[in-house]
Amino acid sequence: MSGASGGGMDDLYREHILDHYQHPRNRGTLERPYITYEDTNPLCGDRIRMDLNVRDGKIDAVRFSGTGCSISQAAASMLCEAIEGKTLDEAKKISRDDMLELLGIELGPVRLKCGLLALKTLKAGAYGMTQWPGEDEDA
Amino acid sequence: MKASDTATASLDARAVREQFPIFRAERAKPLRYLDSAATSQKPDAVIEAMDRYYGTINANIHRGIYRIAEEATAAYEDARRRLADFIGARSPRELIFTSNSTAAINLVAYAWGRSQLEAGDAIVLTVMEHHANLVPWQILAAERDVELRFIPITGSGELDLAALPTLLADGRVKLVGAVHISNVLGTVNPIAEIARQAHAAGARMLVDASQSVPHCPVDVQALGCDFFAFTGHKMLGPTGIGGLWARRELLEAMPPFMGGGEMIREVKLTGSKWNELPWKFEAGTMPIAEAIGLGAAVDYLRSLGMERVFAHDRELVAYAMERLREVPGLTLLGPSEDKRGGVIAFTLDGIHPHDVATVLDDDGVAVRAGHHCAMPLHEALGVPASARASFHCYSLPEEVDALVAGLHRARKVFAR
Ligand SMILES: Cc1ncc(COP(=O)(O)O)c(C=O)c1O
Repeated sequence: MSGASGGGMDDLYREHILDHYQHPRNRGTLERPYITYEDTNPLCGDRIRMDLNVRDGKIDAVRFSGTGCSISQAAASMLCEAIEGKTLDEAKKISRDDMLELLGIELGPVRLKCGLLALKTLKAGAYGMTQWPGEDEDA
Repeated sequence: MKASDTATASLDARAVREQFPIFRAERAKPLRYLDSAATSQKPDAVIEAMDRYYGTINANIHRGIYRIAEEATAAYEDARRRLADFIGARSPRELIFTSNSTAAINLVAYAWGRSQLEAGDAIVLTVMEHHANLVPWQILAAERDVELRFIPITGSGELDLAALPTLLADGRVKLVGAVHISNVLGTVNPIAEIARQAHAAGARMLVDASQSVPHCPVDVQALGCDFFAFTGHKMLGPTGIGGLWARRELLEAMPPFMGGGEMIREVKLTGSKWNELPWKFEAGTMPIAEAIGLGAAVDYLRSLGMERVFAHDRELVAYAMERLREVPGLTLLGPSEDKRGGVIAFTLDGIHPHDVATVLDDDGVAVRAGHHCAMPLHEALGVPASARASFHCYSLPEEVDALVAGLHRARKVFAR
């Protein structure tokens, strides 16, 4: 068993992970985003920025940019795909388990941070710019 | 490959390896440990020395007047003597035990820096510093309104010494700090020359020797420095112990860093007299077993011979560079083999260092991936992160082969 991942290398680098890493969906930035937020994973130097446009409560455009390992970048790509067209409230409700389900791989403690960086960035952005802290603590 | 039966024979790394229990341990895949720059493995001799202390003479030092307390004190002070001698100190009084390099540098920043530096002064560091020799000075700089200046690096990952005279020119620099061997680039820096220029400009010289003391012969007198920090766990010793060497007159003049037991001579309710060197800087119960273990590590390294340890590192790094150049899309960071120690960092096109390390881990190859606590250096190099292989006396060429095979495999996984 590999130390870095939950289940070994072949489990980690599944087809869909590599596909999203090498052919990311929604990569880029938005001209004048309604929400923009950037966060890093200081341990690895992964960096993700998420830009969102929201119209009538609906995310009608989302882009991510940044650098990092395949897990962090694939997660961002998958997350963008999942939230485009959803309402901001729906996006806020995405949990850590939902994100891991999207990734569909088992992550060890170190790579977990990579896998969750995009979600963390999205949430910080979504809450940071549209609501005061504490307004919706349980989401 | 090597002529092992002459007086100057190279290191017999295979025999050395047998003396490290971690390599004898049963495991599913053989351990190919290429992360000695992060921490070294520990030989039996070190582990046994610590066990002996705990099993036979465990007592607090400098206090008890019974036999095992005296023996423990003698073992602790003996370790200090051996370490002082190992780095060329004139007296063991100049060697202060700290918990690691980071603590040693912070000791200088707090005790010396805060008593000597004032607004308008400047400190010169280098772009290739480990955060341990950067952040303590940033904190001091912000507190005292002191300016930080940096020696840049050249395209080949060496210090650009042409910049130094200008950095020192206005006479405001009170300290120059530099890493002896870079933990990322492997570059061996010309400390003696930097120290000479620092002194001519009226500045003190601090050396971060975290990667040099473990790997090559060092002599603080020949280096001409004033402060010299190192860490035990990278030199086959335990974690939790390291050292600061400094010139006696500087240590005498410095106020203590931490107050408490052991560092005092006489305590009244409203004031105290400091103990003499080196104990003035060793407040509280020290890591006694660790100091004794570090003493055993010094003996062990000496038995190998530091010239031979360094030659072994360099032989491996030269071999690694040759083999790594075979890997398509691989970029080596840092200078040519003749200018570096046993550290080699690289990037691989289209594959993040983290993913490289994960694929390698699957083959039992342990390398470090990330910024190696040198974020400004990576920024200067224009890469967000790198993968790093590093060696010590127990490292073998077939571990380099496993690394190279793993890199080819990583390319295959990511080739789409
Ligand atoms: C060049 C250099 N300086 C300082 C340190 C810090 O050592 P420690 O964490 O033992 O204080 C390290 C090790 O990580 C290093 O490589």
